[in-house]
Amino acid sequence: MTGVAHDETAYAPPSEVPEEELYHPKTFIGKYIWSQDAKVIAIQYSLTAIGIGIVALVLSGIMRLQLGFPDTFSFIDPSAYLQYVTMHGMIMVVYLLTALFLGGFGNYLIPLMCGARDMVFPYLNMLSYWVYLLAVLILVASFFVPGGTTGSGWTLYPPQSILQGTPGSNWGIILMLVSLAFFIIGFTMGGLNYIVTVLQARARGMTLMRLPLTVWGIFMATILALLAFPALFVSAIMMLLDHTLGTSFFMPAIMSMGEQLDYEGGSPVLFQHLFWFFGHPEVYIVALPAFGIVSDLISIHARKNIFGYRMMVWAIIAIGALSFVVWAHHMYVSGMNPLFGFFFATTTLIIAIPTALKVYNWVLTLWRGNIRLTVPMLFAIGFVFTFINGGLTGLFLGNVVVDVPLSDTYFVVAHFHMVMAVSPVLVIFGAIYHWYPKITGRMLNDTLGKFHFWATFLGTYAIYYPMHYLGFLGVPRRYYAMGNTDFIPESAQAVNASITIAALFVGVIQLVFFYNLIVSYFRGKASGGNPWEATTLEWQTPDTPPKHGNFGAELPIVYRWAYDYSVPGADLDYIPQNQPPKQTSQRDEDAQ
Amino acid sequence: MALAIALVLLVVGSVLFHFLSPWWLTPIASNWTMIDDTIAITFWVTGFVFVTVNFFMAYVIVRYRHREDRTASYEPENKKLEWWLIGLTTVGVAAMLAPGLFVWAKIVDVPEDAAVVEVIGQQWHWSYRFPGDDGVLGTVHSRLVSDDNPFGMNPDDPAGQDDVLIASNELHLPLDQPVKLALRSKDVLHNFSVAQFRVKMDLVPGMVPYIWLTPTRVGRFDILCEELCGIAHYTMRGHVVVEPQETFDTWLHSYPTYAETLVSVPGNAAAGEAAYAVCASCHGAQGQGNAALNAPKLSGLDDWYMARQLKYFKTGVRGAHEDDTYGRQMAPMAMTLANDAAINNVVAYISTLPDKPAALTIDQQVSQNGERLYRSCGACHGSNGQGIQAMNAPRLAGMDDWYLATQLTNFKEGIRGAHAGDLYGPQMGLMASILAQDGAVNDMVSYLNTLGNAQ
Repeated sequence: MTGVAHDETAYAPPSEVPEEELYHPKTFIGKYIWSQDAKVIAIQYSLTAIGIGIVALVLSGIMRLQLGFPDTFSFIDPSAYLQYVTMHGMIMVVYLLTALFLGGFGNYLIPLMCGARDMVFPYLNMLSYWVYLLAVLILVASFFVPGGTTGSGWTLYPPQSILQGTPGSNWGIILMLVSLAFFIIGFTMGGLNYIVTVLQARARGMTLMRLPLTVWGIFMATILALLAFPALFVSAIMMLLDHTLGTSFFMPAIMSMGEQLDYEGGSPVLFQHLFWFFGHPEVYIVALPAFGIVSDLISIHARKNIFGYRMMVWAIIAIGALSFVVWAHHMYVSGMNPLFGFFFATTTLIIAIPTALKVYNWVLTLWRGNIRLTVPMLFAIGFVFTFINGGLTGLFLGNVVVDVPLSDTYFVVAHFHMVMAVSPVLVIFGAIYHWYPKITGRMLNDTLGKFHFWATFLGTYAIYYPMHYLGFLGVPRRYYAMGNTDFIPESAQAVNASITIAALFVGVIQLVFFYNLIVSYFRGKASGGNPWEATTLEWQTPDTPPKHGNFGAELPIVYRWAYDYSVPGADLDYIPQNQPPKQTSQRDEDAQ
Repeated sequence: MALAIALVLLVVGSVLFHFLSPWWLTPIASNWTMIDDTIAITFWVTGFVFVTVNFFMAYVIVRYRHREDRTASYEPENKKLEWWLIGLTTVGVAAMLAPGLFVWAKIVDVPEDAAVVEVIGQQWHWSYRFPGDDGVLGTVHSRLVSDDNPFGMNPDDPAGQDDVLIASNELHLPLDQPVKLALRSKDVLHNFSVAQFRVKMDLVPGMVPYIWLTPTRVGRFDILCEELCGIAHYTMRGHVVVEPQETFDTWLHSYPTYAETLVSVPGNAAAGEAAYAVCASCHGAQGQGNAALNAPKLSGLDDWYMARQLKYFKTGVRGAHEDDTYGRQMAPMAMTLANDAAINNVVAYISTLPDKPAALTIDQQVSQNGERLYRSCGACHGSNGQGIQAMNAPRLAGMDDWYLATQLTNFKEGIRGAHAGDLYGPQMGLMASILAQDGAVNDMVSYLNTLGNAQ
């Protein structure tokens, strides 16, 4: 850093805010339980999310047993089946994916990648986790109340969700709604933190356009979540009032079980609008962090700068903005005014354009790269393949006339699992293989990792690709059993059985991953500080794992963007973001 | 290398699967072939992208795999290439969206000559209403729905008097006649879906969404509810029969108008007493049943249920299956009742008989399993087994346990309920599959025995 003759400050504009004071706990409990360190909170979030996610995974296995082999397992009755479907969906979407990407990866990576000592509101950040845990515990409690959990589908559509005839319509639904309300409160505390940290606590020189795309993805997803979750929050509160106090926000005058109810004048479609006003951005709340992370994985392991960084940033912003005007494509057959179909089909297909651009740019990043097929890279490429498939089937469902015959069939189930389950989960796996060395100081076992990748990637494709064809046939989703249905051939049951076998296989294979996580923690190869030779700041910390405060005595100063790989004339094929430019370098400006 | 090969194989395999697998859209039976065409366009556009991008990626993975002596190129962006890609994608998207919106405009626009039929959904049945000679559906309101007025008709609306009420899961439609289906729900969300018609729509309480179509092929097609509507969602089935105008007219005239349902004469118990003498020889003078003769208790049974079953026995819907030994004995007995009036009379007489709880014959420790299994049954038959007319579910509690066990087994094995004319039997067949396990039937019936003579 010293002895450079030219003016470095041109590359590192002055810091906008003073460095924050950290609270330094003395006790074990202060450090690891009631911790205010974003990294510890990230681990807490991640472990809780993965724990509850395993419950949801087991539920899906039981559900698949019923679908693959009906009339075989007497412990799965129609109520139980619907309860498993509901809890599987809700847990996976909200309590696993949202919490893991934002609470887990967000907490770990935002301060480190921005070059901050911690989140700007550490106490609030701690509170965010504990409220999230409370929400999870309330959710778990709903398995044990009379009547069990709600079985109204993860969409919780009224009127049926709060009426007799649906499992868990007494206590299960109440706990579900209360749990969601707490989740949103907890998330809001965390989410405000992530945004303010990205905006205010970046290291000197870390301009917005030098941020790694991981941070961009998480940042934009957090903005979406802060705008979208309130819609779910109010609809949860309103449904609670309908259920407990007899208000009629969502309830028109109706019968139930042969009796007239006292409700009058409410609108079930209103709930759907509110739900999907949250629900569609939710897709991108999960997808945008995955987009960001996978961009970085591909760039790092292909030893090449991300292709079209600025377009990638603008695509993230465009997708985020557009995601708020496409929600009713979930409602083409909901009975809303059919003229809406024109608007929402158009906006939905427009969103395909920035999304397609991201896919092109990932592939073009690989192009003329020097691709290291590490385990994170395998998962990243697996993601691109899966996401292409899931994205393209989205063009079927977004286009209103094509959606109508496919709506509520297994095509929808196959589509959203490809795009919103398998794709982000592949990214999560890739990200864990990628950042585990930073978190623990040890590498995950490579052989087990490769086996895990192949089994998961091929296994999930065997689950979901054939499932689309059940949808084309017209097999409806959320059916406990098909029985004899004239237009569905016997062979469809064979498809269902094979899907179940593949699903159970993929589920069990995850044990290899957990085994790897645990064993490598104690016996994994020491990783050093920057095993992947990456440029971003989290790999430049003085300690691995990073200590509280992240960067030791001096915060880093950032001189360049996050993607200086294989820069012509440079000594190595990567230049860390905090390495000052050399006067002799052939190319020393960044992409600004 | 392995990865590139895997990607190529996955792409090739996917394409082959598409063309070779037998699973594709059901042959269409409506005018909406344009929907299928749009699906085809979408398939070709997306298929092209799927193959091209993945093959290119596979090529890149091989061509630019890691080598120590290689350095990646440094090219932060290529504006021209990116704009070209955006442009091409936009063209592809437009090629799918434009025909889609064009077809949607037709779907939204109901032709003036479309006949109107109302489809009514409730947990977990379908029924239908035709406007009658005046071509206008009478007004309805969910507050008017009751056991006596299941369609919720407004008795003061003259337009409703000639409405034809179809209290059946089966809908008939005339061939080649455009029809607008007005969709009404009495309780929760449902969805009217016929795979062969392509169009589907939710039934939403408080509003009346619609779809329209022209049936173009004669046949009998499944109606499925495709919006989750509670635990028996998967049993909410119906059929739509598309047939030539003449047969359709005959069918329609076999159903009563609203005005006709109002004047139906209640059964005369005194007149029914004589007819009951035949029944009494097996079912007992007090309708108490006789297990030795396999004749179940009748007293206390819902009158609407008895009337329906007697008609089934008469018309061969029930008691015709070769394995239904006792049903086959009952069928000729039901023939002694000449007409609906005779049926109503004998049912009226049975309703006057004293209702004493049936003797328990299944002597079994009550298990939690039985209570758990009954949760599903209770959704229709009531949590006390009292029966709910609005759900078309008869009383179970206090009736003969041995008879319930036999019937459940019959439903499970398709001996009862599988006949096309049985309105609610197929639903019971689907539900009875939860009793697949050995002993499940006895567990469940033992639990029912604990509910006593609930009314």
